Amino acid sequence: MRDLFIEIAGNIRRNKMRTCLTGFAVSWGIFMLIVLLGAGNGLMNAFLRDAQDVSVNTMQIGGNRTSKPYDGLKEGRRIRLDAGDVDLLRGEAFADVIDDVSPTVSASASVVLSDKYFSTTLQGDYPERVEMDGIRLLHGRFVNSRDIRQKRKIIVLPSSKAEQLVHGATPISSLVGRDVKVGNFIFKVAGIYKADASDNESYCYVPFTTLKSIYLKGEYVDDITFSFHGIKNIEEGEAFESRLRAAVNSRHRASPTDLGAIWVWNRFVQSIQMDNGMSILNKALWIVGLFTLLSGIVGVSNIMLISVRERTHEFGIRKAIGAKPSKIMSLIISESVVVTTVFGYIGMVAGMLACEVLDKTVGQSSLDVMGETISFLKNISVGLDVALEATVLLIIAGTIAGLIPARKAAKVRPIEALRAE
Amino acid sequence: MLLELKGINKTYDNGQPLHVLKGIDLSIDKGEFVSIMGASGSGKSTLLNILGILDNYDSGEYYIDGKLIRDLSESAAAGYRNRLIGFIFQSFNLIAFKTAVENVELPLYYQGVSRRRRHERAMELLDKFGLTQWANHYPNEMSGGQKQRVAIARALITDPTILLADEPTGALDSKTSEDVMKLFTQINREMGATIIIVTHESGVANCTDKIIHIKDGLIGRIEDNRQHRASMFGTNTIMK
Repeated sequence: MRDLFIEIAGNIRRNKMRTCLTGFAVSWGIFMLIVLLGAGNGLMNAFLRDAQDVSVNTMQIGGNRTSKPYDGLKEGRRIRLDAGDVDLLRGEAFADVIDDVSPTVSASASVVLSDKYFSTTLQGDYPERVEMDGIRLLHGRFVNSRDIRQKRKIIVLPSSKAEQLVHGATPISSLVGRDVKVGNFIFKVAGIYKADASDNESYCYVPFTTLKSIYLKGEYVDDITFSFHGIKNIEEGEAFESRLRAAVNSRHRASPTDLGAIWVWNRFVQSIQMDNGMSILNKALWIVGLFTLLSGIVGVSNIMLISVRERTHEFGIRKAIGAKPSKIMSLIISESVVVTTVFGYIGMVAGMLACEVLDKTVGQSSLDVMGETISFLKNISVGLDVALEATVLLIIAGTIAGLIPARKAAKVRPIEALRAE
Repeated sequence: MLLELKGINKTYDNGQPLHVLKGIDLSIDKGEFVSIMGASGSGKSTLLNILGILDNYDSGEYYIDGKLIRDLSESAAAGYRNRLIGFIFQSFNLIAFKTAVENVELPLYYQGVSRRRRHERAMELLDKFGLTQWANHYPNEMSGGQKQRVAIARALITDPTILLADEPTGALDSKTSEDVMKLFTQINREMGATIIIVTHESGVANCTDKIIHIKDGLIGRIEDNRQHRASMFGTNTIMK
């Protein structure tokens, strides 16, 4: 093994300029591949920023307006979900699919702490919400079942809003346990969850029962979120959605096929569709990158062919003194693999540095569109998996590049050694 | 007999067939010091290729030490060349980017001998030929005679059954040629090596014990030359 590397190093040293120029093409190919994939990841990360924490096995439904006349009632009628719908989803009819059901009521309020305040939407929720929405708590805790039972007046703030309640450098964690004024009532801050300033939906969570009794919501709920199991593909997801609509619609005297009566946010189907889109984008980037790399590989193969031609006499001598064809082949293939991987790694490292630079510059820029901050690229980088894939790719590419020259070298007849130079 | 050729025929077919060897019968015993002489086109290079397992023959039989050498795969042929034959070439054929000692080691590398073992063995041989201080020099830093001695060391390192030299003095001046021939004689006498030298120089042939003349693809005269009087020029020196 060591002898092989000494041989290869010797040959590369003799043709520095040529090897470097050829190697550059490989470096460039891998560089482009990494930067493209990094940028693609950035794009995906920006898209998925909100969605990434959400459990995909959940669905959310809410009341809307009917779009078809039915049962003697005109279209355009407002539908409001109520406790009956919650019971329906919790009941026998859907027991095969639905696990947890968590209804939500909401109300607008302002949150005040001495001279600081902000306005927000209060969400009355159950403890299950944490998992369904992928809420990440920074300090304190979320609504728990005792809060629900005792209708405690506690509130969980988003970190972005919590910052608006503290002075200067005071840490937001100091808010936990303090009393704040919410509307006309005093609530205790139970916890703070992670939310970016750019997240458009940063609610303040309070116990479902508390909000319902304070704001006199009666039997009505604003939306219902539930988790489910056993749905494997888009078809099943869509079939379940139709069944759900039919059941809820008939409770509200709307046509079972009316798609307007309630809105359904099927995170499962949505996430599959998004995944599909992402994987298509990812594949497209790989293909573009691979073609760029291909030109580098052809270059290596070409230069190896020239090198083999120049060394015909040498291979003749080696064979005359007893080198087997396989030894000659492995020499050439290893040389090709070493050249492609070494230069490929240079390209890979350069590509990763370029991703870092892009992330620090372009990745930080964002646009304000109608009061919302939108960034197009976020966290431009490639993972370790891509680095590993690229390494395997380089080794394969190097082997392929070396294959034709190696066969040519192995075919050199030992009689060549007798031919005077 | 160490080497035995029976009715060897070889025809080259480049457009029109050329019958080069027309039934060669030859046997060479262990420890012999032989030269093969012939004009260009006589078939001596072809015979050398066959003796050295560098080329195949069409019909006949060729035995080395009782082993039939025929229709070998490339790999098997390489193995035999490595273990049975030591080559010495006219233009030395040292690998230019390897030092003297690395060149000498090379056949053992292809045998899979460990680095340290083959280095030791190579240094031993170089020492024997007075080349110790040249061990780490590259071929282009050495004289023709030195290069040929390195090449002989490389040929000997595997302890081959036969030493096969193709015009070993073709690129050397007469003084160096003499030294090289003396070295061959010494190797033959002291190490008991079987040596076959292909040459067209009568002075070189005169140094050997037996001269085989080849003419038009057939063995002609076989001269017993133990007295070394075959060449009128060869008594004291090698004429160039």
